[in-house]
Amino acid sequence: MFHRESGVFKTSYAADMALYPLPIAKWAVAAFAGLFIVIAPLTLDEYYVSILNLILIACVGALGLNILVGYTGQISIGHGAFMSVGAYTAANLVTQLHAPFWITIPAGGVMAALIGAVVGIPSLRIKGIYLAIATLAAQLIIEWTINHVPAISGGVQASIQVPRPTVFGTPLKTQTQLYLFLMAFVVIAIVGTSNLIRSRIGRAFIAIRDQDIAAEIIGINIFRYKLWAFAISSFYAGVTGVLYTYYLGIANYEQFQLTVSIDYLAMIIIGGLGSILGSILGAIFVTLLPIAARWFLESFGGLFVSQADLANIIPNLRLILFGGLIIFFLVVEPEGLNRLWRNIRNYFRVWPFSY
Amino acid sequence: MPDFEWQFTLVLLTNGIMIGLMYALIALGFVLIYKATDAINFAQGEFVMFAGFIAAAAADMAGAPFWVCALLAIAGMVALGFGLERVVLRPLIGRPVIAVVMATIGLAAVLRGFAVLVFGAGTRAIVMPVTDEPLELGPVMLPPVQLVGAAVSLVFLAGFTYFFLKSRTGIAMRAVADSQQVAMAMGINVRRYFALAWAMAGVVSALGGVVWGAMLGVDNQLALVGLKVFPVVILGGLDSIAGAVVGGLIVGIVENFAAGYFDPIVGGGTKDFAPYVLMILVLMIRPEGMFGRRRIERV
Repeated sequence: MFHRESGVFKTSYAADMALYPLPIAKWAVAAFAGLFIVIAPLTLDEYYVSILNLILIACVGALGLNILVGYTGQISIGHGAFMSVGAYTAANLVTQLHAPFWITIPAGGVMAALIGAVVGIPSLRIKGIYLAIATLAAQLIIEWTINHVPAISGGVQASIQVPRPTVFGTPLKTQTQLYLFLMAFVVIAIVGTSNLIRSRIGRAFIAIRDQDIAAEIIGINIFRYKLWAFAISSFYAGVTGVLYTYYLGIANYEQFQLTVSIDYLAMIIIGGLGSILGSILGAIFVTLLPIAARWFLESFGGLFVSQADLANIIPNLRLILFGGLIIFFLVVEPEGLNRLWRNIRNYFRVWPFSY
Repeated sequence: MPDFEWQFTLVLLTNGIMIGLMYALIALGFVLIYKATDAINFAQGEFVMFAGFIAAAAADMAGAPFWVCALLAIAGMVALGFGLERVVLRPLIGRPVIAVVMATIGLAAVLRGFAVLVFGAGTRAIVMPVTDEPLELGPVMLPPVQLVGAAVSLVFLAGFTYFFLKSRTGIAMRAVADSQQVAMAMGINVRRYFALAWAMAGVVSALGGVVWGAMLGVDNQLALVGLKVFPVVILGGLDSIAGAVVGGLIVGIVENFAAGYFDPIVGGGTKDFAPYVLMILVLMIRPEGMFGRRRIERV
């Protein structure tokens, strides 16, 4: 039904845990799905669809990182490297065995999950900043290994050409076809994450985040669940790496360096830690930020400075905006865009009788 | 042949010690902040870079003598330290570790972008008033710039050790680090000491910037020195000045030996790689480092 409610009237746990808390939520999700799955790819220009594709890829990675950081409370500065593990696994499978996408994507994810679980092993003994530094080390070590082992990286400049995947006999040529392909994975990622979080595993994750010693005392095997968190999160990262490789048509370790790990952390912090909608909003925001900044400066910046200066200013201004926004959100609204959206929604939920 | 090997090893060792002492200087800035405020500074490399830019720009524009440039860099970094503590770090007191980590990562991005916008992307030079002639001791050649760097870092490491052990301010800072609540109850102005810790880290970073800038030249690549700080402080222990020295020496020596012996085999790059492998081993065996204090957690 499409109606307003006048208050919160939940009387059972099942109602409280429901995926759609209100009938209107179901309609809203259906409307957004219709807009983005049917209308957007049919109406938008190739260029705009390619930007949407970048956002879709970022969504998968941000959801995965949020499982680890937002829900389990473990820091990882190594997700860029886990993505590169997925990317190179898929690239090697494609070039050497001509594997189709439905093998390469899970394979990339599983390989990244294995490496991620290995990196997660120290998380039993160390936490907080030590874990942050250990994952930073993992990032640098994986980057170095890929770059220095020709068997993985294909030798020349550590990059491997990867053709676009073929789905049901049709090779994906246009951005719109790729968009629908990527959208399928985003939907799987969203549904998978929201169900994972409501399951026994997800609640164990949240217990570990809130207080890991207490979680251990009530009988949660924290070592196992921390490893699961690392593995699942890295699986998402690996899939992100494979999807990005298909998008670019090339696997290159330079696309997965430390800055990428930081970009993804920024997404979930700006979007909101421990929130699915937040991961998506953050992915949209962080992906669009440099594009918007570039568009704005190229349109209006020419009035003040020369074009040559502009080429120097844009990347640096992006860095400043980016770092500034991370700090701004941490200081002013630690729960991110998701919180802002919830504030708006809660205001209108019982509007105009808000008391 | 054995004679040559011995000389090669000696050269690697002395270079490692020199570089290691200079790493210790940068790690000191990191340790100071952790010791006093429990915050971890992922922007330490950017602090060093920024200080180098200030010094180099002062020399370029005004043609100021070396010591004036160094003083300007120190003044600039102290102001930056105070300002950042007030605007960024103070609101984050009491928040989860990841908040502070991410805030300093954001800070690093801002400083890197800002430095290049203001000072330009070109490499600048800092010229120390010492000769370019290396000091020869048998087979070992020591560039004076490195000698000065090592000397500066030794002086400051000793100075800060004394400061924390004996001076009233230093003891107050240790009390703040130990327990903010108890320190407050004893009448210590916790906020003032937090600000002071960031300002002191600014001084150390300024020296690091001048010394490293003189050796490598100043551009945005200088910030990469900050990545070496992590193995150093993890090896030594995050809250130990002595640990910073020992960790710095170990990292300096290990990376020189790795570069000397393994680079020909695997084709380069082991210098940046070996310290991290060592660090992972330490994390697995003794996470608090060699001299760090073990923390007891309560629910």
